[in-house]
Amino acid sequence: MRADLEIIQKWIKPGSRVLDLGCGDGSLLAYLRDNKHTIGIGLEIDNQKIDACLHKGIDVIQQDLNKGLGNFETHSFDTVLLTQTLQAVHYPDLLVEEMLRIGKNCIVTFPNFGNWKSRAYIAFKGRMPVSDFMPYQWYDTPNIHFCTVRDFDDFCRAKNIDVITRTVVDNKHRDSAIIRAFPNLLSEIAIYHFARGHQGGK
Amino acid sequence: MPDFLPEDSVGIVSPQRFHFDEPLTLRSGKVIKTYDLMVETYGELNADKSNAILICPALSGDHHAAGYHSMDDKKPGWWDVCIGPGKPIDTNHFFVISLNNLGGCAGSTGPASINPDTGTWYGPDFPVVTVRDWVNSQARLADRLGIQQWAAVIGGSLGGMQVMRWSISYPERVRHAIMLAVAPKLSAQNIAFNEVARQSITGDPDFHAGRYRDHGVIPKKGLMLARMVGHITYLSDSAMREKFGKATQEIKEASLNLGRDLRAGKLSFGFDVDFQVESYLHYQGERFSETFDANSYLLMTKALDYFDPSVDYDGDLSKAFAKSDCRFLLVSYSTDWRFPPERTQEIVTALLKAGKQVSYLDIEADEGHDAFLLPVPRYMQAMTTYLNRVKQEVAS
Repeated sequence: MRADLEIIQKWIKPGSRVLDLGCGDGSLLAYLRDNKHTIGIGLEIDNQKIDACLHKGIDVIQQDLNKGLGNFETHSFDTVLLTQTLQAVHYPDLLVEEMLRIGKNCIVTFPNFGNWKSRAYIAFKGRMPVSDFMPYQWYDTPNIHFCTVRDFDDFCRAKNIDVITRTVVDNKHRDSAIIRAFPNLLSEIAIYHFARGHQGGK
Repeated sequence: MPDFLPEDSVGIVSPQRFHFDEPLTLRSGKVIKTYDLMVETYGELNADKSNAILICPALSGDHHAAGYHSMDDKKPGWWDVCIGPGKPIDTNHFFVISLNNLGGCAGSTGPASINPDTGTWYGPDFPVVTVRDWVNSQARLADRLGIQQWAAVIGGSLGGMQVMRWSISYPERVRHAIMLAVAPKLSAQNIAFNEVARQSITGDPDFHAGRYRDHGVIPKKGLMLARMVGHITYLSDSAMREKFGKATQEIKEASLNLGRDLRAGKLSFGFDVDFQVESYLHYQGERFSETFDANSYLLMTKALDYFDPSVDYDGDLSKAFAKSDCRFLLVSYSTDWRFPPERTQEIVTALLKAGKQVSYLDIEADEGHDAFLLPVPRYMQAMTTYLNRVKQEVAS
């Protein structure tokens, strides 16, 4: 199983309705359907990935996240997911607001640009980081809104968003005490489970 | 004429006539006492009758959707690209049923049939039939064949509207509803084009208030005009440029091909046909006027105009879908300006609002509204993938 699925699935209630924004080949929704009996719908724009969803029997809507989610009703889903896509959308703040409107709770994962490797890359090479994990050059990258764990924490505070759980892991989605101790420096992927007006939210 | 039948053809097929004696009450309140439906089937119905797919025809589509009636046929059925062994609607696995709807003119009871009350042909007295009436008659056909639930009901354009009606009127009888190039109801522009078509027909001096047969004529000119204007709305601007303009690659790349090829290589400086596009429309209109009944055409356009399943639900289409129990696949085509992608998306939005399971594809295609009838690779691929899942469901 994909390591991020392992983490995310714990936060999904069995039998709940799940909307996956930028659902890729549908493997997350398929996993949740098979193990959590969720009713899921994915949004995707890539033809081949859409075909992969249909092949798995995953419902998918061909829709560009940058053109809004006005076709989805308020609170029509239990959980709205956005995995590894936040940094690639035109207006991350508006999209997160829409997620909060549509879902009772939301899960976002993103690459942490505050990781020491990114910092060291810029500090020592003086260039935008290119790695196996993020293999794009600055001019052709789909990732136009990189942020750090600290940035996202600030964002949640400013937007009055309750973080239910924050998990920080390395690029293999491994968790460790040392990463938890220095999340912004050591984690490569941040996984946030959040809502607005959540009881017991931080 | 096919010299030999392609391997992925359903081959030589023959239509069957189903007679129904139970009166059918129409949405208008009128009653058709007895009626016939012309039907073709492809593939084999499995033991538990779970592999049946209904093909709902569009405006001019009839029961002959796939294969050939004889080796002398110039063309196969109207949706042969999609139906056959190994094709998206795979007749190795599915039992496919296609029909000519009531009011049509290809053998099912319609204006050209004999009215049992008068002993003469119905003509303009044939009642206005609606999409709902068609679906009710199709349900009786399913009963006759012992099919309790369709594995899928599939249709494009006016056919897609029948699919929508199936999912609303008979929720327990549909597993998958596949709608292509469809809108939840017509726009004023759509109705306007239909009205031009109707006026062309009824204004033809040979129309004789619909009783043209009594005079031994058909309103050929009117029907031709109706088809010409219809045909324009089925094609996209880009499809017409491509079709009626031979251009070099450079011209195409610069989007300078306007499709203005001349028929005779020079201007006539008269009012006869100068351009290829005119000649093509004349040919299409002419051919259509020889095969299609004018009264049927009027009825089909009215069925389109009247379609709006939200009327029974305070104008809220999502409420219409409240009881629907099937999964939905909707497909739109980028250059379709008759039912553009936004119109199909209205249905998707209503389905999402109703909390239904829906997939939607917005296919890049140059062919306009007609794209749903054509082998656009991306669309064929998606249909194949989706229906492969249906196949697995049926098999398990």
